[in-house]
Amino acid sequence: MDQFKERKYSVGIIVLAVALILLVRLFYLQVIDTSYKLSAENNSKRIDFEYPARGLIYDRNNALLVYNQPSYDLMIAPYELKPFDSLELCNILKISPQRLREGIRNSYQKRRDPFVRQLSPETYAVLQEKLYKFPGFYVKARTLRKYEDEIAAHLLGYVGEVDDANIASDPYYSLGDYIGISGIEKSYEKYLRGEKGQSVYLVDVHSRIMGAYQGGRFDRNARVGQNIICTIDAGLQKYGEKLMKNYKGSVVGIEPSTGEVLVLISSPDYNPSLLIGRQRTVNYILLQQDTLEPLFNRPLMANYPPGSTFKTVNGLIALQEKVITPDTKFYCDLGYYYGRIKVACHDHQSPLNFPQAVQNSCNAYFCNVFRNIIEDSKFNSVTEAYNNWRNHVLSFGFGNRLNSDFTNELPGFIAPSSYYDKYYGKNGWKFLTIISLAIGQGELLITPLQMANMTAIIANHGYYYTPHVVKEIQGQNSIDRRFTEKRFTTIDSAVFDPVIEGMDLAVNGGAGSTAYWARLKDIIICGKTGTAENPHGEDHSLFIAFAPRENPQIALSVVVENAGFGSSYAAPIASLLIEKYLTDTVKRTWMEKRILETNLLNKR
Amino acid sequence: MKRNINILESIDWLTIGIYLLLVIFGWINIFAVGYNDQFKNIFDLKYNYGTQLIWILASFALIFIIFILDHKVFPFFSYLLYGLSILMLVAVFLFGTEVHGAKSWFRIAGFSIQPSEFAKIGTSLALAKYLSGYNITKFTFKTFAVCSAIIGMPFFLILIQPDPGTAMVFIVFLLVLYREGLPGWILLMAAFISGLFLFSLLIDIPNIVTGLIVLALIAHYAINRRFRVFLISVLICAAIFMAAFYANQYFKLGYQKGLVVIVALTVSGLICLILALRYKIRHVLLTLTLLYGFIAIPYSVDFVFHRVLKPHQQKRVNILLGKELDPKGYGYNVNQSKIAIGSGGFSGKGFLEGTQTKFNFVPEQSTDFIFCTVGEEWGFIGTSLVILLFTGLLIRIVFIAERQRTRYVRIYAYLVVSVLFIHFAINTAMTIGLFPVIGIPLPFFSYGGSSMMAFSILLFILMRLDAVRMVYL
Ligand SMILES: [Zn+2]
Repeated sequence: MDQFKERKYSVGIIVLAVALILLVRLFYLQVIDTSYKLSAENNSKRIDFEYPARGLIYDRNNALLVYNQPSYDLMIAPYELKPFDSLELCNILKISPQRLREGIRNSYQKRRDPFVRQLSPETYAVLQEKLYKFPGFYVKARTLRKYEDEIAAHLLGYVGEVDDANIASDPYYSLGDYIGISGIEKSYEKYLRGEKGQSVYLVDVHSRIMGAYQGGRFDRNARVGQNIICTIDAGLQKYGEKLMKNYKGSVVGIEPSTGEVLVLISSPDYNPSLLIGRQRTVNYILLQQDTLEPLFNRPLMANYPPGSTFKTVNGLIALQEKVITPDTKFYCDLGYYYGRIKVACHDHQSPLNFPQAVQNSCNAYFCNVFRNIIEDSKFNSVTEAYNNWRNHVLSFGFGNRLNSDFTNELPGFIAPSSYYDKYYGKNGWKFLTIISLAIGQGELLITPLQMANMTAIIANHGYYYTPHVVKEIQGQNSIDRRFTEKRFTTIDSAVFDPVIEGMDLAVNGGAGSTAYWARLKDIIICGKTGTAENPHGEDHSLFIAFAPRENPQIALSVVVENAGFGSSYAAPIASLLIEKYLTDTVKRTWMEKRILETNLLNKR
Repeated sequence: MKRNINILESIDWLTIGIYLLLVIFGWINIFAVGYNDQFKNIFDLKYNYGTQLIWILASFALIFIIFILDHKVFPFFSYLLYGLSILMLVAVFLFGTEVHGAKSWFRIAGFSIQPSEFAKIGTSLALAKYLSGYNITKFTFKTFAVCSAIIGMPFFLILIQPDPGTAMVFIVFLLVLYREGLPGWILLMAAFISGLFLFSLLIDIPNIVTGLIVLALIAHYAINRRFRVFLISVLICAAIFMAAFYANQYFKLGYQKGLVVIVALTVSGLICLILALRYKIRHVLLTLTLLYGFIAIPYSVDFVFHRVLKPHQQKRVNILLGKELDPKGYGYNVNQSKIAIGSGGFSGKGFLEGTQTKFNFVPEQSTDFIFCTVGEEWGFIGTSLVILLFTGLLIRIVFIAERQRTRYVRIYAYLVVSVLFIHFAINTAMTIGLFPVIGIPLPFFSYGGSSMMAFSILLFILMRLDAVRMVYL
């Protein structure tokens, strides 16, 4: 009767087939493909960061150096936008309508990117009044650095936004965070940054907050950055920068008894306020293009041959190896002659004993000293003697990074014997080949920081503390242990007296004192001049000094590039700094005047 | 008294059980979407779950009324109810409230009623009544024409609201005609036309036309199996099309692409016809007629869409079809829906733990996309349960249909199967990206009084009729 009864099966099969297709698809979507779970997370989770203020930086006398100023970023919440007077907003922000349109478009993709970064205070003041007219726009407060005195730019360093490499290497950071990029800001980033606070929210499709994610399990309060007391003496630093203003070069001052860096000047430098916030990138490029290289951190990165200042080290090694005594005398006839080789010297009385040789900086004397070291009969070969000398030199912290808390310190260079082997063949070199080392020239490169450290070693009679720039970190019991460990050189402390005597004479002796410019009434300064040979132009003027002789408070190295003989500029600058540091006032205004009124910046 | 006892005994409790499971599970999911900290009680009418509960209770009341009524009223008043449905559709077109660009709603005393949902009941009753008539023993062209008219009237009235999604549901009634003897090829043709209809709104016309010509040529080869003639026709078509386009471009005639296609079609069609007559090719007239008929569909859809519909109505259709959704662009809704369902995993995030559906990432989450909540909170276990419940319900109704002793009830049962099936299949398929997004609800699940009540009435008229299958003659 019902000829189409069989068709019920077709209907049934259609229903079952569709059900099967749906089940397979659902199984794939829900069980096999896991990518949707991640998308769901990204959809509905929003992390709001609360940025803490960075720690402040004080000098050793608790004078404020670096603090924070508020800064405001203008943000867009795209789903809360309502029609508004775009022309008015453009006028307030001083941007083009085009830029506004782009900003709004971008805000859909990047919800956390600021639309306008670091509004100027004037703009912010105007905008804040009228913000109610622009629903969907809101202001997020951040902090930027501000400097009390615009000094010590290299030392303090600067702060900028994290880059991809930062984010990749440390999960703490996310896009838009600030990070210390150089100086103390970089090396003490961990303490200064504090800890970002975060609130993880569940948001709906309009980015409206619907509640805490997993009951606020991942929420954290922000922790303000730890303050830092650095070792710098702000007054001294400021005065030093003033003195060095017209010179290329560097000043490093260390407190010998602690290794604390009192002053660190790279000249010419820049105003640290230039590298704050929005204008940083632009200014950085300008500074980079400056031919005077203000971004070059000379105290840590410039390599100089130490010149005559190095005679102190050679003298110490010779005395330690007992190849001379303080009373050993050598003749000098306007130089040192050995076959066809001549190392010239200036006119002075002859012969000289050891302290006098230091006082007069006699080249001939120290050529003899170095010959005694290298041709020491204790050793089987020149190489062996050289290696022994080199070990002594390395113990002063030369040839390696001192491992201070400066991030971009360079190691300098003390040639290993293999270096000479390569050039002259094994045993193909002798004392004469390397004679220039005797007077601190040749294959010898030292940074101003190392030079100052050497001075501190002499002041300490043979040991040093790794130079460092931070004295105290708020909330930490002590600074890193490597800064509180005494590091001894290979030279016995008793050996130092004749060298110190020589350095005293160099400043305070009578005729023949090479550094009489550095002389200071009432305070005994021990110093040594030096001249770093400069193949590209006028030699660099070097001076090392510490004072007072008994219980030294400060050890200095001063480099003035292209200034010629060491005593002419470097010595008076060092002397003025010592006067400033130890007496707090500079009475020798005539000397100060001469330094301030000369300009060697463009000298080559 | 005796009869009432009989009814309770012969009611199909299995179907009612599945129905209750679906309604309860559906409400739980609507509750999950609306639940928040301000939760007071489940009757809170500020939230969807509160009102939905009212609708569910109202549906139960209607079911009770259906069982009180004499079973004979349904066949007796079939045409009257159908007429009433049509009247409502006309009225809503004239006096309805426009929501989102479509005039589909009556607003009465704060409640919204959607006549198109109820029209499914009237149409089902009328179709069953007509097809079971004593005079219809064989499926003739006249039968087909009358049926088409019964289906076509509400279809057209809903289409012009415009609500193409709901209108398309009516095409599914052809499934019933198939069960009652409609030739299979008409069913295929109908499916094909529905597809074409949909694609016309989604894809550029020239692409559709090209596709159709390729299909016609393949059909032509399949029927005749004469490769040489097939090759010649392909070459002629290609040549004429290229010539037409080239001429348009070269002489800078500046005709629209669509017009050029029409000219090329006419010319190549005529040449093919002449050739076919010469070589005595079979069915060429039929193939060509069908081809032109089919090609006319996208053009007329395009014409209606662009010339008849107002811009806001066009937008409505585009939104329904997923062409225009959100500032975030095409496919956003489906993608969010897939994320919600996919993130549920095997066992789900747990009741009230869904984030995607709760926080509006999924559009229309308690109405058309309620299945997303099932997927997110109950996982594959939940979704497969829903699929199985629906499949079970549908198979059960087919079984019920086949045990009827009257054609009227059997046909009506198949109509119920068709309506429920098409809603279930399309709704779930669109949430998982297997079907374009057309806004039709998931029966017994989706939020909404009209659909909740209409589907309940639809099903329980069948339950009522089935309960008296032993006495009904
Ligand atoms: Zn001499």
